[in-house]
Amino acid sequence: MDADVDLAKRLARDLDGSFEALVVAHQDRLFTIARRLLGDAHDAEEVAQDAFVRAYRAIEGYPPERVRELRLRPWLAAIVVNLARNRRRRVADRQPASPLTPLLENGLDLEDQASARPEARHATAESRREWSARLAALPVAYRTAVVLRHVDGLSYDELAVALGRPEGTVKAQVHRGLRLLRAALDAEATTDRHSNHTEMSA
Amino acid sequence: MTTPLSPDRLAELAELDDHAPAGLRPDVLVAVGLADRYAPIPTPLGELHVAWNGRGVSWLGSADRDDFEAGFHRTIRRPLEPVDRVPDRLGEAIERRIEGDRRVRIDLDLRGRTPFEVAVWHKALEIPRGEVRPYGWVASEIGRPRAVRAVGSALAHNPVPLVVPCHRVVRSDGSIGQYSLGGPDSKLKMLTFEGLAPLELEAAARTGERFLGSDTTHIVCLPSCHNARRITPRHRVPFRSLAAAEAAGYRPCRECRPASGATLVA
Repeated sequence: MDADVDLAKRLARDLDGSFEALVVAHQDRLFTIARRLLGDAHDAEEVAQDAFVRAYRAIEGYPPERVRELRLRPWLAAIVVNLARNRRRRVADRQPASPLTPLLENGLDLEDQASARPEARHATAESRREWSARLAALPVAYRTAVVLRHVDGLSYDELAVALGRPEGTVKAQVHRGLRLLRAALDAEATTDRHSNHTEMSA
Repeated sequence: MTTPLSPDRLAELAELDDHAPAGLRPDVLVAVGLADRYAPIPTPLGELHVAWNGRGVSWLGSADRDDFEAGFHRTIRRPLEPVDRVPDRLGEAIERRIEGDRRVRIDLDLRGRTPFEVAVWHKALEIPRGEVRPYGWVASEIGRPRAVRAVGSALAHNPVPLVVPCHRVVRSDGSIGQYSLGGPDSKLKMLTFEGLAPLELEAAARTGERFLGSDTTHIVCLPSCHNARRITPRHRVPFRSLAAAEAAGYRPCRECRPASGATLVA
């Protein structure tokens, strides 16, 4: 948080000299948000890149006092959320559903394996795949709220800024999203019990 | 509000973070114009190199990579990275521009250049393929008629030769003048490639043929103007000076505007 306040000050003073630091500090989270909102890693990379370009141009046009006051975490998240929304619309116009999306969602994603650092404390591939599918099944508004709050780790205050809605509204969206995830987990548990039972009786 | 998911489950969600692909950072820096890429490009002068970023083309020069990078870094302080090929659309646009298509749009990254230099390069872009204009013409056209030397210097520092056709600006006496991209021989080669006979023009200028008029239209042009080149030999009337042409009742061509810089030529 303090690092971002300092970064905003540096951006206000010298955009070209400090923009790379902004990219380094925020590229993983912007890519993660885009990835969770869109599913496809390639789309996510394009959206994250576009988000940084928009951020650069916006800062270029803002007066320094406005740049100094920027809350970088929610501000950048908002740019990604908007671009992901546009991207989904474009994709939906172009084709009903990408035949590759289910494959990627189901773990046929080599890029993900390659880019994961071995020392990173990641959930197992199995668990990640399951969570990807559960998140993808959520209505977009709830998925966005849950991803920003629980994957990206924004506070409710930051989430309200990012989504441009009152804190009460975003809290309710997160809560409903989590309830739907809970329902999905319960349904999976029932199916598992059911299939175990079938196996045993066979 | 109690959370519907257990802390363990929420921790699993928090671990869904990804690492950005390695290419994201360099792509972003190039896209916003904080770093450049370069690749080989075919030209009438052989294979050269061109550099670009998200703002536009930034440098065009030597076939030799070390020379190219040294030239780039003499004036530009951004990181420069070689890649295998120029993006398709940019490559096609440059090819069409070199072929003489002035409608094709190519963004240029001219940050850090003086307004005077930029004005000179933009003026050079207005000269059609296969035609030449004197340095004094450029100076006069940009409203700085006395800055002929500075025009020469700006053209010598053109970061994107061929894309900005500085080879189409020659000396007022018709001789070919200097060229930043490999010297006068390259300039000769480019003008010949564009269908001009630069040595003939030079010879004609030496004999005093600085302007050409048509006795049917009574319009006087610079000798390489496409309108002048359409005049059949029977109707071609050479002039030493614009004053002589005007005295004979000729008016200057509106396209090549021979009056620009003409007082300095005389």
